[in-house]
Order: sequence, then C-alpha cells, then structure tokens
Amino acid sequence: MNWGEFFAMKGYGFYVWGSYGVVLLVFIVETALVRHRRIITLRQLRLLRDAGKEE
Amino acid sequence: MAINWFKYSAPSTFYGLAGKLVPWFAWLSAILFAIGLYIGFFVAPTDAQQSEAYRIIYIHVPASMISMFIYLIMAGYAALGLIFNTRLSSMMASALAPTGALFAFISLWTGALWGKPMWGAWWVWDARLTSELILLFLYLGFIALHASIDDPRRADRASALLAIIGSVNVPIIYFSVKWWNTLHQGATVKFTGTSMHAAMQQAMFTVLVACWLYAIAMTLARVRSIILERERNTEWVDELPEVKL
Repeated sequence: MNWGEFFAMKGYGFYVWGSYGVVLLVFIVETALVRHRRIITLRQLRLLRDAGKEE
Repeated sequence: MAINWFKYSAPSTFYGLAGKLVPWFAWLSAILFAIGLYIGFFVAPTDAQQSEAYRIIYIHVPASMISMFIYLIMAGYAALGLIFNTRLSSMMASALAPTGALFAFISLWTGALWGKPMWGAWWVWDARLTSELILLFLYLGFIALHASIDDPRRADRASALLAIIGSVNVPIIYFSVKWWNTLHQGATVKFTGTSMHAAMQQAMFTVLVACWLYAIAMTLARVRSIILERERNTEWVDELPEVKL
C-alpha cells in the first residue's frame, strides 16, 4: 500500500480525514485554552495581591 | 496503610495532586491514541459494506461514549456539591463541562461526516442524533447558566439542578436506537458483547481509553485554574510559589 492510496481512503478521504483533522484541531485548541486560562488566572492573582499591598 | 481520602476533597491539597497527575494522563493518552489509531488504520481490515469510510468509527464511538459518561460524572459531582455543599465537587462539575461539550461536538461532527457518504445526508432528525444534539445543548446550557450568576455558590446550585434534570437524556441517547426505528445503526458495543472484528475492537477500545485519559488531563488542568479563582482570598493560594513570583 502506498501513501497516496492510504490518504485517498478509497474515495472516502475527505470524510475520514475531515473527521480526524477536526478532532486534532479541537484537542489543540482546548489545550491552548486551558493553558491560557492558567496564565490569565495567575496574572490576575498577582494583580489582586499587588493592589491589596498598595492600600 | 490507611489513605485519608478526605484529604483530597480539600481544594488546597487537590490542587497540588491534580498538578502532579496532569502530565501523566496527558502523555499516556497521547501514546494510547497513537497505538489505537495505528491498529485502526494499519492492522484492522477494510469493512465489507462501508469500505474505508467505516474508519471514522474509531473516534466517533469513543467520543460519543465519553460525551455521555462525562455528563453523568458532571451531574454526579454537581449533585454531591448540592447535597453536601462541598466546594471541590462543584468545581469539578464546572471543569468537566467544556470537555464534555467538545466530545459531544466531536460525536456530532464525525457523525455528520460519516452520515453523508453512508446515508446521503449530513444530518437527519433521527432519535439518536437529536438526543446527542440535546446533550450538547445541555452542556452549553450548564456553562452559560453557571457563567450568568455572579455568586459562584448560587451558580453551583442552579447549574447543578440543570445537570441533574438533564441526566435523563443520557439513557435516552443510549436506548434511542432500540426504542425508536432510527436511521442510525444499532449499538456497536452492547452489554452482551460486540459483533466486531478483533483488531477493530482493540483499536476502538484503545482510543476509548485514550479519550478518557485526555478528558481527565484536561479536567484536572482546568480545575486548577478554577480552584485558584475561587480560593483567591485564602492564605494557601497566596503562599503558592507560582503566585508569589
């Protein structure tokens, strides 16, 4: 089996790779969002703490 | 050795534990995805009726099952939070919802891409598809309701009620192919076993475990931020090295 044949999926390539491609995208985006939320949360905590000190 | 399980029901101790567990679950998940999809694409044979299009099954079925399991676990945590007033349970329910919603979306998306070549339609108002769509809306409703109430404890209680009532939808999804005459094929995995080829079963089961580990990793990583947001006025949060910077 060659790679061209593999990616063609006997004519169903669009459906098969369209499925797995979006799943991969969802996983990447979710991971990025979770990481972003952590960075934002930590930044907010430090801002709140520093604001408290100034009072 | 006696393990004090209640120790980890405190957000302060769970925060550290979750942080240690996330990379393990994430890497194990990635490895199992690779193994499962390798078996699914290179070992498992071509389907006699559906040719290569059937290979969508290796993500469609696990994602659908996980979307239902996560909902029940989310409703369970929400109920615990409602009954025992435990803070961490409600935080876990909130952390599970986005991942559950994404698995419901993946189930519908891969289903549409499988339905088009097999049934000739991206979407039909079939009992199975409609009840899975309702599941996605329940997740989104849970997230939106929680976000719309300012007081987090009140938000927990209101959204817990929604989650608990919505859980009747899960058995409806599962039994929909039996109760109604649907276009969607019958259950691939039944309580009594399955009719699949051995390699197909191995691939699907491996991806199912990979999806589980992925969901756990995402939930634990997310709940850490939720814990920090909601415990921000406590001393232990101020003492954390990542906050002290």
